[in-house]
Amino acid sequence: MLNNNAYIINNHENGVKKFEKKRNITCIICPQGCNLEVWYNENNEVKEIKGYSCKRGLEYGWNESTNPVRMLTTTIQIDGGKLPVVPVKSNKPLPKDLLFECMNVIRKVQLKAPVRAGEVVIKNILNTGVDIVTTRDM
Amino acid sequence: MESIGFVEFWKVIDMREAGLIKNIDLIGDADFIEEADPIKEDFIEEDLVKGADFADFIKETDLIVIGGGPAGLAAAIEARERGVEDIIIIERDQELGGILQQCIHTGFGLKIFKEELTGPEYAGRFIKQLEEKNIQYMLNTMVIDITREKVVTAVNPSEGLLKLKAKAIILAMGCRERTRGALNIPGTRPAGVYTAGTAQRLINIEGYMPGKNVVILGSGDIGLIMARRLTLEGAQVKMVCELMPYPGGLKRNIVQCLEDFNIPLKLSHTVVNIHGNKRLEGVTIARVDENRKPIPGTEEYVECDTLLLSVGLIPENELSSEAGVEIDPLTGGPVVNDSMETSIRGIFACGNVVHVHDLVDNVTEESRIAGRGAAEYILAGLHERKGGLARNQEGLKYIGVTHEKEIQEKGKEIQKNEIKENEIKEGETQENAVWVRPGKGIRYVVPQKILPGHLLNPVDGYSKNEIKLLFRVNNIYSNVRISLMAEGKTVHSVKRLKVAPGEMESMSITKRLMEKIMAEFEHTDTDEERNLNKEKGKKEVILQLEEISI
Ligand SMILES: Cc1cc2nc3c(=O)[nH]c(=O)nc-3n(C[C@H](O)[C@H](O)[C@H](O)COP(=O)(O)OP(=O)(O)OC[C@H]3O[C@@H](n4cnc5c(N)ncnc54)[C@H](O)[C@@H]3O)c2cc1C
Ligand code: SF4
Repeated sequence: MLNNNAYIINNHENGVKKFEKKRNITCIICPQGCNLEVWYNENNEVKEIKGYSCKRGLEYGWNESTNPVRMLTTTIQIDGGKLPVVPVKSNKPLPKDLLFECMNVIRKVQLKAPVRAGEVVIKNILNTGVDIVTTRDM
Repeated sequence: MESIGFVEFWKVIDMREAGLIKNIDLIGDADFIEEADPIKEDFIEEDLVKGADFADFIKETDLIVIGGGPAGLAAAIEARERGVEDIIIIERDQELGGILQQCIHTGFGLKIFKEELTGPEYAGRFIKQLEEKNIQYMLNTMVIDITREKVVTAVNPSEGLLKLKAKAIILAMGCRERTRGALNIPGTRPAGVYTAGTAQRLINIEGYMPGKNVVILGSGDIGLIMARRLTLEGAQVKMVCELMPYPGGLKRNIVQCLEDFNIPLKLSHTVVNIHGNKRLEGVTIARVDENRKPIPGTEEYVECDTLLLSVGLIPENELSSEAGVEIDPLTGGPVVNDSMETSIRGIFACGNVVHVHDLVDNVTEESRIAGRGAAEYILAGLHERKGGLARNQEGLKYIGVTHEKEIQEKGKEIQKNEIKENEIKEGETQENAVWVRPGKGIRYVVPQKILPGHLLNPVDGYSKNEIKLLFRVNNIYSNVRISLMAEGKTVHSVKRLKVAPGEMESMSITKRLMEKIMAEFEHTDTDEERNLNKEKGKKEVILQLEEISI
């Protein structure tokens, strides 16, 4: 399962029970590695981001908490190539929680040599608008 | 293989036909074949690996680059761009690209290409440039010996022995992984224990999964990358144990390879025992104290069928040491100057063979410097000139870069004690170098020597706007000042909010700063200090770190 280290915090302010949710993420934009706190409101929407030291950190925190994406790289089996597998990547970042599903799709594909680097081997994977492309000639 | 002469000659033809040698002119001719002595075959077999002397030079060339990884590729391309005609890259693997071919993840090239490439894509760009520039390379060919005279002996498993002679050599052999032997973990020796790099090769190149339940020892980048790779392929990575109290790899990899998948990172933990007979069944892990010794009573058994070791990389320097290249015990790589020239003139080094890099862009930058240095060395004809150390009444003095004939003449002059001051200053030798030493808080610095003349009074085409010092700190620190000290005085300093051993730091030495440093050496205040310096015979600056409060 993908990580979603969220905490529910119950604050008792003036005797009224208040719902708050917080999540910690580490900014990876620079070696400083600030600890960002993402605060959510009752509707699970990002309310505020704290702990950043610069604008880039704020932007990272925002993207990471509203729409986390990752590049996916793996290999696909290939017939008649110099090697049994050819490396591939997503041509754009994919939603983080679709990575495993994408792997299941990719695992079922079998290619035939030759392929050129940059060839699209799976178009629009899981309707994400993202293609899977090869990263070397084989 | 009819005779040794034929071996040499046919080897080249066969290699060319097999596609092993690209763009190479056939060297050797009818005379060469006829001249060759027939020698019995078994004799050849025996002596192949020893680098026997009987092989004639089959090729003379300007520059030999050993290793076709990103370092070797960038160095060769740079040397060609600066006018070196005859270059050969020798690579022992079946393809160019080095370790990058198995690093299929993204994260390469942000600095140089301004985009995030995968390892094979990054290598692909350089291989393409190499082909466009018609730079020759040999594959499946392993260099087994190099000499101070720049004779390179290589062996090709199917064809045998090759000897080449160059005007300059660039060492770009990369590094190798530390293995279990280097760690001394007790227990059985079952199958299922791999270095992380081997596992990476198995999955990404050979298409084969090493196991299902995995423990990773060491939080270096390869281990982290493999934790994600194995997880995506359906394996269960139970944990990553790190001996040190801080992670070894880049922050980005901790987040995207471990935290993303809820893989626990156990800091200050190590594997103390390995269980299983034929196949690995489990490991015992334990917490360690501040001296990195396992704490009794903290042992825990973890079931697994695979243990990956990601416990460090060691620059690959057997060849270099055997040739007499001075090795820095702190980096495990050659001591280099700001042109990436080793202690042997005309032998340069770059990439992971010098010090372990975490970012390939730094490798490329460093390798371009080496390529440039080698080009300048070759084009200035330094390989056929003799160094300029000669003795006069005051002792050893440098008399500039000179042709052999000139040195004989100058030698006479020196005996007459008539060297002119400008001749002394004309060149730069390693003897004039300023050494850069790591001080408090700093693990190592590269280059270890800078030749002030490269910034101040360029000779023989060497001239630079800045010299970049690359270094690593020895622990995690917050709010530090990193200072460069000359003769006990701070000549330059920078502040950092956070530094960690996993991330390489840098400091630039500009012409102005170099002048400042040299000025400090001029004003050695007391006689005592001056004597001290004379004793050491070396000028040195020290890079050190201090924690500051803000
Ligand atoms: C797992 C891993 C992940 C990494 N991730 C990143 C990343 O995300 N981003 C990034 O920027 N950098 C990353 N790096 C760092 C970067 O890839 C390396 O620093 C770089 O590849 C080193 O280049 P090199 O040419 O010095 O060494 P190598 O790539 O190791 O090349 C050395 C070459 O020399 C050859 N050789 C050695 N000895 C001989 C001999 N005797 N004769 C002939 N040939 C020989 C070898 O076969 C090899 O091809 C990573 C490195 C690793 C290992
Ligand atoms: S918030 Fe800014 S300073 Fe902090 S880690 Fe991110 S980029 Fe660096």
